Amino acid sequence: MSLTHQDVARIAKLARINVSDEEIAAVGNQLNNIFGLIEKMQAVNTDGIEPMAHPQDVSLRLREDIVTQTNQREAFQAVAPQVEKGLFLVPKVIE
Amino acid sequence: MKWEVVIGLEVHVQLNTATKIFSGTSTAFGAEPNTQASAVELAFPGVLPVLNKAVVEKAIRLGLALGSKINQKNVFARKNYFYPDLPKGYQISQMELPIVEGGALPILVGEEEKLVKLTRAHMEEDAGKSLHEDFSGMTGIDLNRAGTPLLEVVSEPDMRSPEEAVAYARALHSLVMWLGICDGNMQEGSFRVDANVSVRPFGQQEFGTRREIKNLNSFRFLEQAIKYEIQWQIDTLEDGGRVEQATVLFDPDSGETRMMRSKEDAHDYRYFPDPDLLPVRIADEQIERIRSEMPELPAAMKARFVEAFGVSSYDAALLTGSRATAEYFEAVAQASGQGKLAANWVNGEIAARLNREGKDIGDCPISAERLTGLIQRIADNTLSSKLAKQVFDALWESDLSADAIIERDGLKQVSDVGAIEKMVEEAIAANPKAVEEYRAGKEKALNALAGQVMKASKGKANPAQVQDILKQKLA
Repeated sequence: MSLTHQDVARIAKLARINVSDEEIAAVGNQLNNIFGLIEKMQAVNTDGIEPMAHPQDVSLRLREDIVTQTNQREAFQAVAPQVEKGLFLVPKVIE
Repeated sequence: MKWEVVIGLEVHVQLNTATKIFSGTSTAFGAEPNTQASAVELAFPGVLPVLNKAVVEKAIRLGLALGSKINQKNVFARKNYFYPDLPKGYQISQMELPIVEGGALPILVGEEEKLVKLTRAHMEEDAGKSLHEDFSGMTGIDLNRAGTPLLEVVSEPDMRSPEEAVAYARALHSLVMWLGICDGNMQEGSFRVDANVSVRPFGQQEFGTRREIKNLNSFRFLEQAIKYEIQWQIDTLEDGGRVEQATVLFDPDSGETRMMRSKEDAHDYRYFPDPDLLPVRIADEQIERIRSEMPELPAAMKARFVEAFGVSSYDAALLTGSRATAEYFEAVAQASGQGKLAANWVNGEIAARLNREGKDIGDCPISAERLTGLIQRIADNTLSSKLAKQVFDALWESDLSADAIIERDGLKQVSDVGAIEKMVEEAIAANPKAVEEYRAGKEKALNALAGQVMKASKGKANPAQVQDILKQKLA
């Protein structure tokens, strides 16, 4: 599998990474190298093997439904660039 | 051309846990902005999600109630997209291995029953809220809702009309409240519906292209939005146009749906298993314990009401519309031994009065015990149906028992033959014209006479007895 210029531009856009036209060729090469590795792995016969969702074969521990957190708004908002009436402010977004 | 409508629903059910799905932060509604947003919801570096056990158990509850398969190994995945009310840049959800798969929900459309199949239900976290009012040209972000546990319940495209879609949404709404896993408050967003709608020429096998209507938060809007969307799709196709796959929003003010994004702009979420969370494993014993703690389900209760109390299947379906109504009815039917009368009063006067006053059965001013008192006096003929209504009104307004009201207002029905005979004779003597008409074959004249007797008794004479005695005397 080989990524085209457009593929790389689309991946960059989805990941919100600014990749200039000049960089796209180099980034594309790096990604294609990684895909080369993946292709090698995919060539291995895995018939009858259940896919793992996590490298460690252990199960998730669950937490009881009890409130343990307290209100830390002041501390969190002290490091925010802009706040108003308890809200975090961000550049206007309308979808 | 005749068109067939195809509808599938995705419902976001907010689970009524005390804390968030991945942190010990409170989920109480209506707190000051960002006072219930911890480092986990804010996505501070180094934090890790820890799954809430209650979320898993409530999901299993729903799965068992729907007869679904519980996946004893299920996996959380990251759904990637960028939006300011999602600080991590991904929503933790489930993709390939959801906790619940398959199952079905019976719905009642008019008097017809139908089974809607379920595709799946998966656990996920809610996002925060973006407030676009004027904050000096900026958007305000409140992350109190971020991390609130949701079950996304996805149906098969099994519904064929807006009425069926509404019936399904109502049935699911009543079931999640019945199971005690969701508070069902639609205004507060505890139950939000997305509708996938398409149309196809009647008889065609393949589905038409669907459009998805997002975020409907009332049954009325759900119905309006689907109706509008169906008409729009049919008009578009009949005018020779094409329906393109899209996501649309419903505007309650105009009653129209409008495009939010087309397929080309559809999100590419790049799902992958969340490396921060191990697979969830559910033991057989855990499922069996939850099964043993389940309340009796609406379908089973409905069948039992028909069997034990002799009520109609339709009445039983209404009575099991909510657990509170079912329990109220059962208490009255049990104590009075009058299942049919109890069903008539609960589905009739009580439902109508509650509806008129915008109240729930939980706020009903007449307790099951006091309604039982009324029904006993109807059953033993102390009260005619007319007097019963009068007592019912008094029960609604006071705390007195039915017997106390009957005593206070002297509402006892007169069934004493001697007393009624006397009033009948008086009526016959005072209305020779009506007597003559009746004897000449005019049946209606009897009602005029009966009316006189009822009036003389101040409505307290037993109407059936009055009719009988009148006929005897005039024969």
